[in-house]
Amino acid sequence: MRPAPFEYFAPRTVEDALDLLACHGGDAKLLAGGQSLVPMMNMRLVCPGLVVDLNRVAALGGVREDARGLRLGALVRQHALERDARIAAAAPLLAEAAPFIGHLQTRARGTVGGSLVHADPAAELPACMIALDAVFHLQSARAQRACRAQDFFRGLLATVLEPDELLAEIEVPGVPAPRTGHGFAEVARRHGDFALAGACAVLALDAAGVCRHARLVIFGVGDGPHLARATAGLLGERPSAARLAEVGRATAGEIDARGDLHATAEYRRRVAAGLAARALGRAAARAEAA
Amino acid sequence: MTARPGSTAHDIAVIVNGTERRARVIPRMLLADVLREEWGLTGTHLGCEHGACGACTVLVDGEPTRSCLVFAVQADGCRVDTVEGLAGDGPGLHPLQEAFRARHALQCGFCTPGILMTLVAYLRLHPAPSETEVREALSGNLCRCTGYQHIVQAALDAAAAGRAAAASA
Repeated sequence: MRPAPFEYFAPRTVEDALDLLACHGGDAKLLAGGQSLVPMMNMRLVCPGLVVDLNRVAALGGVREDARGLRLGALVRQHALERDARIAAAAPLLAEAAPFIGHLQTRARGTVGGSLVHADPAAELPACMIALDAVFHLQSARAQRACRAQDFFRGLLATVLEPDELLAEIEVPGVPAPRTGHGFAEVARRHGDFALAGACAVLALDAAGVCRHARLVIFGVGDGPHLARATAGLLGERPSAARLAEVGRATAGEIDARGDLHATAEYRRRVAAGLAARALGRAAARAEAA
Repeated sequence: MTARPGSTAHDIAVIVNGTERRARVIPRMLLADVLREEWGLTGTHLGCEHGACGACTVLVDGEPTRSCLVFAVQADGCRVDTVEGLAGDGPGLHPLQEAFRARHALQCGFCTPGILMTLVAYLRLHPAPSETEVREALSGNLCRCTGYQHIVQAALDAAAAGRAAAASA
């Protein structure tokens, strides 16, 4: 299995990459880590006439901290999430989720931005970015715009990204406020396989132990990451284990679950309800201890 | 101008196992293809050709990488290490290869080069892994013969030997 023939360009600047996209539009494909795109090209599910390799665009590869928080270039490798102390400090949820993203070899090459724009429904990073309320900075030769993570994903392998746009940078809100905790849980058949279901959560308590912020995202169950509505009921409460389990079940019930040969829709929903409760529980315990 | 789309050749230079090698490649050639077909390094095996089996794992700039998911043209200017370079110039085996031999950690051997390259990189960063951690590190490499037991034992042996060597150095 080899890809169909294509022309290859490796621009050095974002501007040059955007010009290539503007000229070639739908016939061009951006190549970042290639851990999803190249398999699809090898199987000829995707046959771009032109590949624009972003790996030599240095401006897309950095991790920066500023007053607003953490800024991850789209080309930051997934393994940086497990290795970079700045990321672990500012967004510990990303560090906790990282070992679940594919395998050692794919994390070494795969990028944060690539996983986000690919928008696989079983992917960890889209869910984490929504839980963290990250903002994605998109660029085209025409314009720049910012998009909240929760508004970026549009179902199965679909996002709001236009054919001439690229995801340049991900802004993750800064060091979590005091008494904020995170939680992550997923079930896969084998470590590193696509998640059958997963959940991540960020939860904050006030001095009295009352919940003042709760975001829960379930992934791997429906057509894309799902931001819970049921967590609204936790605000103003002291979260008990029983309440978190209830919110987990309610959130799983909000999703139009997918069944396939790996797991039925009903299995996914039931597992997701349990994982959601677990992620919320870990987040609450960490918030309590923080 | 090119005769047809995708036929534009690119000249690449890659440091393979410490030696510079050159080739002229079209974009759709995989790194694994160039290693095997152009440079005769057939120790890198291609199993699934879509990133599922891990047999083609090599090190690109020191990081374990599936050479079926990288185009050769992308490796221009990179350092690539393959199983052929593991033992160096000496007559003996690399300590990890020695542990595989001692533990009978291979049967048909098809997956072995990819597993060795994955573990070499992993043990460099994690010199004292638990059994669970070794199994997780190997989750991206499929072996259809051994059931993994001896591979995991060999990895743990090699890690212990590496620690002992570092302590006595």
